[in-house]
Amino acid sequence: MSILLNKDSKVLVQGITGRSGLFHARMCREYGTQIVAGVTPGKGGVHVEGIPVFNTVEEAVRYTQANVSMIFVPPPSAADAILEAADAGLELAVCITEGIPVRDMVPVKRILADHKMKLVGPNCPGLITPEESKVGIMPGYIHKKGKIGVVSRSGTLTYEAVKQLTDAGLGQSTCVGIGGDPIIGLNFIDCLKLFNDDPKTEAVFMIGEIGGSAEEEAAEWVKAHMKKPVAAFIAGVTAPPGRRMGHAGAIVTGGKGKAADKIATLRNCGVNVADSPTRMGEAMRQILEKGKS
Amino acid sequence: MNIHEYQAKEILSGYDIAVPRGRVCLTADQVERAAKMMGGHCVVKAQIYAGGRGKAGGVKVVHHPEQAQELAKELFARKLVTPQTGPEGLRVRRILVEEAVEIAREFYLSITLDRGASRYILIASAEGGVEIEEVAAKTPDKIHKLTIDPLTGLRSYQARKIALALGLTGSLCEDCVELILSLYRACLEKDCALVEVNPLVVTKAGWLMAMDAKMSFDDNAIYRHREYPDMVDYSQLDTLEITAGKYDLAYIKLDGTIGCLVNGAGLAMATLDVLNECGGKPANFLDVGGGASREKVAEAFKIILQDPDVKGIFVNIFGGIMRCDVIAQGVIEAANEVHCPLPIVVRMDGSQVEEGKRLLTTSGLNVQCADNLGDGAQRIVKMLG
Repeated sequence: MSILLNKDSKVLVQGITGRSGLFHARMCREYGTQIVAGVTPGKGGVHVEGIPVFNTVEEAVRYTQANVSMIFVPPPSAADAILEAADAGLELAVCITEGIPVRDMVPVKRILADHKMKLVGPNCPGLITPEESKVGIMPGYIHKKGKIGVVSRSGTLTYEAVKQLTDAGLGQSTCVGIGGDPIIGLNFIDCLKLFNDDPKTEAVFMIGEIGGSAEEEAAEWVKAHMKKPVAAFIAGVTAPPGRRMGHAGAIVTGGKGKAADKIATLRNCGVNVADSPTRMGEAMRQILEKGKS
Repeated sequence: MNIHEYQAKEILSGYDIAVPRGRVCLTADQVERAAKMMGGHCVVKAQIYAGGRGKAGGVKVVHHPEQAQELAKELFARKLVTPQTGPEGLRVRRILVEEAVEIAREFYLSITLDRGASRYILIASAEGGVEIEEVAAKTPDKIHKLTIDPLTGLRSYQARKIALALGLTGSLCEDCVELILSLYRACLEKDCALVEVNPLVVTKAGWLMAMDAKMSFDDNAIYRHREYPDMVDYSQLDTLEITAGKYDLAYIKLDGTIGCLVNGAGLAMATLDVLNECGGKPANFLDVGGGASREKVAEAFKIILQDPDVKGIFVNIFGGIMRCDVIAQGVIEAANEVHCPLPIVVRMDGSQVEEGKRLLTTSGLNVQCADNLGDGAQRIVKMLG
């Protein structure tokens, strides 16, 4: 088992005729993902690399029974693309697009609350259930099938973490890059819940970074509900304090967001936090061994 | 993207929000003339991309044009250091001269994104002024918050509750309702990451006025506002950061000696962390973007080498889908093109990693290849002694 994605997932690609859309559709298919359709308004009826292209998501779903979308639509139309996927009744949309304005995402997030579709991203590397299916831009070869769930706000730092896990002999059930934008679909807690309920996930590795308070909230959730061991890494311990404008940000977050605070909260909630980005795999192994002894 | 107070006030006045009469000046002589126009008694306000100016001496009331000119000379000559600028401070290149307004009451009002709720949030307080963060920390009940449902928008009745909570009554209350609705409209239409009026005042003459305003824009939305790029005051930005911005690279100057070139922000931060752990001091944060194209790597090299403090370079690229031999070629071409004389340590991961390493070690550059993140950090720290 896994979360969100498996070998039976039927994936359509919104924005398949763009450069990165086509490239990554091909990479995902080579990994084993069932890419069943593409959607580009105005290009319906053509085939790219043997994949049928439709004008709308609804049409693509009707002909191919796709249940997952991977979105590569450029920022000005990306919010619309997410809503179209939700409206067509998909189960999951993974939005890779970077640079969507906040003002566009605020209503999207609000409208998605009334749909069953889950959103991963935007501005994320996507997700992968190793040796089954990949919907994203991460390199497949660093992953190995196994029992660790990975959830991360970062892109390439996730690859670093996954590689360390694989090198330590710790395969992964599913790895989810939730994205680094201010407004995202699934958050840390949503993914932790899914991993908690997934019988094949035995432990979770979480990768966070400075800013916001998502890691602190996830830590509290772990303390209250998580049945499985959790290890983590927080990037930015030595990042310099940034310049800022005004006071509103500080009032909203109550001064949270520093790496040291996040790490302290996670540790207080029983999460094993790696003290160095070179020891992420080791931190995972430590807490697994501790559980066994 | 940040803008200055005077620019924010221009935008707000376009939304029928009253602001003091003012003039922005580039020289001390202009400040003197502007002060005369205001009748001598006026406020001289340094324009920088940060708050906390008042306590740092950047905002003063003066009574004569000569006094305004003297103050302007002093402000133009130094950097302002406030709790929001960081220790290096910011240079003053523009000064706003405004009419002095007699104030009866001060409030705080802002709209920003509440990331937790994924909605815009209106924040208001009757305890406006410089100590608002302290007010929020010590007496949170004096801060009124309203998260805005994007589907209904901000409604008059909701704004009225806020205005009443601020203690406004009668026609002032209704004026405040209008002002709050205008502020929300400005926030949306201008794609603001923050719009803050602090203080919003009731003048002794009895009306509402935005005495100070801060505004910053969502960087992702700049493409739909053609006027924004021309509003940037480059004197407020680091020159290397400006160059980096042109090539879509995220660069932040730090005070160490190891130039860092990394793909992805999280990995770039982790790279700074591991260098510090090994006793090294990073000279910068530099994210060339997840994809790490050859062109961006080349531009990144040039930017790093323009920093005279850099004594060595650590390249950390988790190529992922990108092949390491392609990355290696990019690094070699860039280093040759800019005649890089400094030692370089390259850590790469991705496919074709052995071929990439072979290309680098036979390139004739002063370069070492590292096996992993920790090894790379240790090597560059050791090479620089």
